[in-house]
Amino acid sequence: MATTDLRITSAMMDATLLDLPWDLPLDEWPDDTVVSLPKGISRHLVRFARLGGRVVAIKETTEEMATGEYRMLRRLQRLDVPCVEPVAVIAGRATVLGEPLPTALVTRHLRFSLPYRALYSSALKRSTAQRLVDALAGLLVRLHLVGFYWGDVSLSNTLFRRDAGAFAAYLVDAETGTIEAGGLSDGRREDDLEVARVNIAGELLDLAAGDRLDPSIDPVAVAGSIVEQYRELWHTITSDELVPSTERWRINARLERLNALGYDIEELSMSTGDGGTTVRIQPKVVDPGHHHRRLNSLTGIDAEENQARRMLNDLDQYVAHEREVRPAAGDDALANEWFEQVYLPIVQAVPRDLAGKLEPPEVFHEVLEHRWYLSERERREVPLAEAATAYIETQLAHRRDEAALLGVPVTVTMPIVPIETGAIDLSDEDDDPDWRDKV
Amino acid sequence: MASVTFDKATRLYPGATTPAVDAIDLEIADGEFLVLVGPSGCGKSTTLRMLAGLEEVNDGRILIGDREVTDVPPKDRDIAMVFQNYALYPHMTVAENMGFALKIAGVAKEERAKRVEEAAKLLDLEPYLGRKPKALSGGQRQRVAMGRAIVRQPQVFLMDEPLSNLDAKLRVQTRTQIASLQRRLGVTTVYVTHDQTEALTMGDRIAVLKDGVLQQVGTPRELYANPQNVFVAGFIGSPAMNLLELPVSEGGVRFGQHLTPVSREQLSAAGSGLIVGVRPEDVSVDADGTDGLPVVVDLVEELGADGYLYGHADVEGKRVDIVARVDGRAHASAGDTVHISPAQEHVHLFDKESGKRV
Repeated sequence: MATTDLRITSAMMDATLLDLPWDLPLDEWPDDTVVSLPKGISRHLVRFARLGGRVVAIKETTEEMATGEYRMLRRLQRLDVPCVEPVAVIAGRATVLGEPLPTALVTRHLRFSLPYRALYSSALKRSTAQRLVDALAGLLVRLHLVGFYWGDVSLSNTLFRRDAGAFAAYLVDAETGTIEAGGLSDGRREDDLEVARVNIAGELLDLAAGDRLDPSIDPVAVAGSIVEQYRELWHTITSDELVPSTERWRINARLERLNALGYDIEELSMSTGDGGTTVRIQPKVVDPGHHHRRLNSLTGIDAEENQARRMLNDLDQYVAHEREVRPAAGDDALANEWFEQVYLPIVQAVPRDLAGKLEPPEVFHEVLEHRWYLSERERREVPLAEAATAYIETQLAHRRDEAALLGVPVTVTMPIVPIETGAIDLSDEDDDPDWRDKV
Repeated sequence: MASVTFDKATRLYPGATTPAVDAIDLEIADGEFLVLVGPSGCGKSTTLRMLAGLEEVNDGRILIGDREVTDVPPKDRDIAMVFQNYALYPHMTVAENMGFALKIAGVAKEERAKRVEEAAKLLDLEPYLGRKPKALSGGQRQRVAMGRAIVRQPQVFLMDEPLSNLDAKLRVQTRTQIASLQRRLGVTTVYVTHDQTEALTMGDRIAVLKDGVLQQVGTPRELYANPQNVFVAGFIGSPAMNLLELPVSEGGVRFGQHLTPVSREQLSAAGSGLIVGVRPEDVSVDADGTDGLPVVVDLVEELGADGYLYGHADVEGKRVDIVARVDGRAHASAGDTVHISPAQEHVHLFDKESGKRV
C-alpha cells in the first residue's frame, strides 16, 4: 500500500486509519472493509467502513473542500453544536501505479443516529414527518445562534436520534456552511429557511412519488411548517420584551419559558426606560441543553434534551416522594439513589444481545411509557421492574438494531460535476407515459 | 428580466474598521452577463450576496429594475442562485424535478407544464421529461439542475464561483455551456470568480474589485487594452503584464539603451514617477543586438507555436522579473542574455504613487 505520501490531518490520530485501503478508489474498496454499499448519489461518493470497532463515513472530494469541512465540523463541535464528528482528512492519495486519488474526509458515524429514510417501514407517517421537521427547526435555530449559515438545509443532510418521542437532529454535511463572526444577517437566516422549506418539500414529494409517504400528508404544508416552528423558537429565544417595572415577575417567567424549551440564559441585557417605569429585557447569550445539563450534573447520564426532561420528571417525583419519608436527605444523595436504584436496574436489565436496539436513555423512556400503558390496561399501578421485563420481552426484542443502522440518503444532490452513472443503483419504477400529469 | 443597480452600496462588517464593500456604483444592463472578479478577500462575493439579500447593506441602495430591494428578503427578490446544491430526486421524473419548486410556489399546473416544457426545449431535455434521473447521463442531470432555476423565470441569475471545484478540462467545457445558455436565455447574470481567464472568456463586461473598491468596469477588450490602474493591468491577462519602474530621461523611458518616447504631458502627469506596463506579447526580444534592456533568460515555457520566456533584469540595482512571448520554434535558451524593448504603441504608463493610468 502506497502510504508514503499520504498527508493525514487528524486531531485524534488513530493508527488503524492507516489500515484502510487508501490506494484504492473508494468505489473499489473491498466488501470486507465497506459496511454498506452506497444506495444513492451524493455530490461526492460516500461510503461507510469499519475502523477500530467503530463505523466511519468516508467522502471523496477535493483537498480544499475536505479540509474546509473538517475544520468547520471541528469548529461546530467546539461550539457544542450537534454534528457528526470529524476524524481525519486523508490527502495525497495515489494508486500503486502512482495515479492520484481524491482527498478523503473521514467522519465518525453517530451511534443510534438514523437518516430520515430509515424512519418508516412502508410509508412515512404524518407524526414522524412533523417531528423530523420540528427537530430540524430546532437544529437550525441552534446553528444560527452560533452564526452558522448552512446553505444546504435538508432532511438528507441531517441525522436523527430518537429523543423520548421526539427527535434530536444532527448536522451531517457542513460543506456549504460558513460561520459569520458578527452573527448572521436576517437575510442569511431567511435564505436558510427558504432552502429548508424547498428541500424538505422536495424530499417529501419524492417520497410521495415513490409511494412512501402517508397519502394524508401535504408535503408542501409540512415543509412550510419549519418556517413557523423556527420563527416561534427564534422569537422566544432572542426577542426583546418590555416589562412594566411593577411586573418584574415576568422576567422570571421569560427565564422559565426558555428553560422549558431547553435553553439557559447565560447573559441577559436589561435596561430601564420611561423614567424607570419599564424594563427592557433581551437574552444575549443562551445555551441550549438545559435539561441535559441538569440531568448530567445530578446523575452523570448523557441524554438528549427530551430524554433528560423525561428522566428529570421521574427523578423529581422520586426525590419529592423520598423527601416526605426522609426530610433530611440531600438532593445529590437522592439523585444518586434514583440513578442506582431506578435508572441503572432498568437499563442493565437489557440483555447484551439487545443492547444495539436503542440507547439506554431511550430504553428508559420507553419503559416509562410502557408502564403507563400497562397500568392503564390493567387498571393498577404496575411496578417499574415488571414493566421493564414486559417491555424487553414484548417490545424491545422485536425492534431492529439502530446502533449502526446505515444507509446513505437516496436523495440525489445535483453536482455541477457530471457523475459517472454506471455504478449507481437507484430504485426506478416504470416511467409515466405523460410527464404533464405529474408536474 | 431586469437591470441591476448598485448605488453607493456599502457593507461594513460589525467590528471592522474598513468596509468589505465600499460605496460601489455599478449599473448592469438588462440581459447582460457581468463578471465580478478580483483576488480573494476583494469583496466580490460580498457584493453578490448583497444583491442576493444575504448580506446587509449598511449604506447606499440596490435596485433590480426600478424596484429598490435593499431591505427585501432574499426569496422576494426574484433572483436565482444557480448551481447551489440542487437536489435531484430519484423517484420524481425529470419534469417533476424541474417543476416542483413551482408547485411549492403555488403556480398553476398548466403554467408549470408550459414553463417546464420551454426550459426543457432550451436545455435539449424534451425527450427525457418523463424519465427518472437514473436514466440520464451526468451532463443531462446537470442540465436538469439548471432547468430548476430556469423555470422560476427569475429576473437575475447569480453564480458564485460555480466552477471552482472542477478539474481544468471540465471547467473549460462548463464555462462555455453556461455562457452560451445565458445568451440564449437573455437573463441578466452576475457571476463571481477569482479567475481572470474565466472573467475574460465569459463576461459581456467585467467589474474588477480590490479591497472592497471597484477598480474598473468594462468589456474584456477594454480592460485588457486599456487598464485604468496598475492593479487592473497586473490582474487581467495571463501571464501578467510586465510592470517596471524604469529610468525616465528627456523624451521617454529607457529600456537599457532603448528609448521609448513618452509625451511631455504624460511625463508631467506622473508626479512622483512612472510605472511602465508592457504585456508579454508586446515585448520584442533581440537575441543578438544590444538595443534594449538586457535580460538573463531563466526559463522558456514551450507551448507549441508560442513560448513564454521568463527572465530577469537589473534595473538601477534592483532585480525585476520579465516575461515575453516568443516564437515557439526559435527562441533563446536558459542562461542566454537577450535585449528587450516594447512595441511602442502598446506601452501602458501609470503614475507611481496613485497607480492611475496617465
